[in-house]
Amino acid sequence: MMKRINIFALIVTFLFTTSFAFAEGEMHAPMEPDWSFQGPLGKFDRAELQRGFQVYTEVCASCHSMDLVSYRNLVQEGGPEFSEKQAKAMAAMFEVEAGPDADGEMFMRPAILSDKFVSPWKNEQEGRISNGGAYPPDLSVMVKARSGGADYVYSLLLGYEDEAPEGVTLDDGVYYNIYAKNQKIAMPQVIYEDGVEYTDGTMATEVQMAKDVTAFLAWSAEPKLEERKRIGFKVLVYLIILSFLLYFTNKRIWRDTSH
Amino acid sequence: MSDDYEPQSTVAKWIDKRLPIITLFSGHLMQFPTPKNLNYWWTFGGILTFCLITQIITGLVLAMHYIADANLAFASVEHIMRDVNYGWLLRYIHANGASMFFIAVYLHMARSLFYGSYKEPRELIWIIGVFIFLLMIATAFMGYVLPWGQMSFWGATVITNLFSAIPFFGEAITNWLWGDYSVSGALLTRFFTLHYLMPFLIFGLVILHIWALHVPGNNNPEGIDVVKGQDTVPFHPHYVVKDVLALVVFMIVFAGFVFFSPNILGHSDNYIQANPLQTPEHIVPEWYFLPFYAILRAIPDKLGGVIAMVSAIAILAFIPWLDSSKVRSCKYRPLYRQFYWLLIADFILLGYLGSQSATGIYLILGRLATLYYFLHFILVMPLIGFIEKPKPLPKSISEPVLSKEEQLAKSGQTA
Repeated sequence: MMKRINIFALIVTFLFTTSFAFAEGEMHAPMEPDWSFQGPLGKFDRAELQRGFQVYTEVCASCHSMDLVSYRNLVQEGGPEFSEKQAKAMAAMFEVEAGPDADGEMFMRPAILSDKFVSPWKNEQEGRISNGGAYPPDLSVMVKARSGGADYVYSLLLGYEDEAPEGVTLDDGVYYNIYAKNQKIAMPQVIYEDGVEYTDGTMATEVQMAKDVTAFLAWSAEPKLEERKRIGFKVLVYLIILSFLLYFTNKRIWRDTSH
Repeated sequence: MSDDYEPQSTVAKWIDKRLPIITLFSGHLMQFPTPKNLNYWWTFGGILTFCLITQIITGLVLAMHYIADANLAFASVEHIMRDVNYGWLLRYIHANGASMFFIAVYLHMARSLFYGSYKEPRELIWIIGVFIFLLMIATAFMGYVLPWGQMSFWGATVITNLFSAIPFFGEAITNWLWGDYSVSGALLTRFFTLHYLMPFLIFGLVILHIWALHVPGNNNPEGIDVVKGQDTVPFHPHYVVKDVLALVVFMIVFAGFVFFSPNILGHSDNYIQANPLQTPEHIVPEWYFLPFYAILRAIPDKLGGVIAMVSAIAILAFIPWLDSSKVRSCKYRPLYRQFYWLLIADFILLGYLGSQSATGIYLILGRLATLYYFLHFILVMPLIGFIEKPKPLPKSISEPVLSKEEQLAKSGQTA
């Protein structure tokens, strides 16, 4: 019996160590702030997501696209839950190419709820040439696309240091960030105190802005998180009750058999 | 057994006279005499059937929304996650279902190895099982390529490149597999087609697997033949309920992954769209392939590595003849039992090493672990049968059951 338990423990350890295969020595372990959406019952904080959307729009969106997210998602349950009117107004600030019309011409029209977030670039090449050759990656699933997830993205936004330590040479267009791989990153620091003026009156400190925008990106990467946990809770309760019933049924069936 | 069944209703009689399918199912799923001493390690057959059916059903619906095109695949998976009703649920069940499938199959195989279920007269059941395992590996690998993320693309590149190690024809075969001169959309569409086909081949083999099982009947923890009627119980309700209980406990773990950490078994790089111009730092396969990946990398030569990896699976098919002992169950094999656990530990170690970069101590350990893996089958298994003195076997299944009860009664008296 002991042996079986040991093996099981080994398998579990093995599963978890392999899934956190960090590239050791090259990166600092990220900071771990408290996220409202962590844990089995965690949910997004609507106000935080709304502020995060504001940071994305006013700071990140000038370089980073979010191709997988539509304006209508801003209204959906489990997200920032803006009112439909607000979301329509936000969409209408952008223009998208549509057509062709009856004359065979393409034309520009204001974006509507069903449109995807409008990209800052016409194409990847334009984004590349405008940023010294490094294309700013799409942010839609960024939080799921980096090991360390929200902690990593948050830390990266705050990990800039004005001057690289002695002995570290930075090429043109490369910045020093303690949480980046090899401490080097092509994105400059963008989060500065009072970089935005929050509509809800929250103080726009660097930490506040980084946390808000990271929460927003965590939602955009996993927009069904709340529904998933809610259903998951019900499923587990159902299965656990069922397993007890089956346990006693099984016991009863085997009652008269010596085995 | 099947003679016991008499159709009652007119409709049942009418059908059964023309196609005795009710008699068949009644015989094999209801009355089938099953040893009464099977433990919970015997429940994984039912669990695996559940896994296969779950993967087929979720996969079918996913295929209705997925687009097998290099430019659209990644976005179509995200479309499933975001826009399709319960698409996130289907995809997370399917992705984690692959992992659960492999957890169950490894435990199922470990059970078979411990209790000698591969021995005469059950060799064919085991061999069909090895083929099922092989098809599972191919299916899971191709499935992992479909989201067309970075790990999909580079995993496919590493594995398909292995064929280039074949002497003389390597390059031609690789290009033929790719349908191109590199991994591209042509490979994606053919992998999608094959990924859709293979589960049905597995399903066919599973039917053969069960058919072959139902000729001699189940092995059991004592590893001895069933000698009298009182050693068995009808499959229903005894094992139907026991299997469903185990299945529900399995589903609790499954649901834990799906609903509360759906991405923990995957790799974050696969949420980055495939980019042929940018190689990820570490290309790691899914966890269930890691032991075989470690064996591949343990050999310093490419062709040698491929041969070793293929042999590591192929050798399993010969186990019924490599094991020279007549005693089935490790319960009565004190010496071999030690080596059994050594093999299990070795396999887990290989899995761990497969996740690390193959340098320094990891490489040395990887080579030693690979060496033991093969030595276990080609040396330890044949030799121990001659050296070992097995413990005396009970006369029947009922005997150790009774003696256990007697022991209990005794310990009750002393306490």
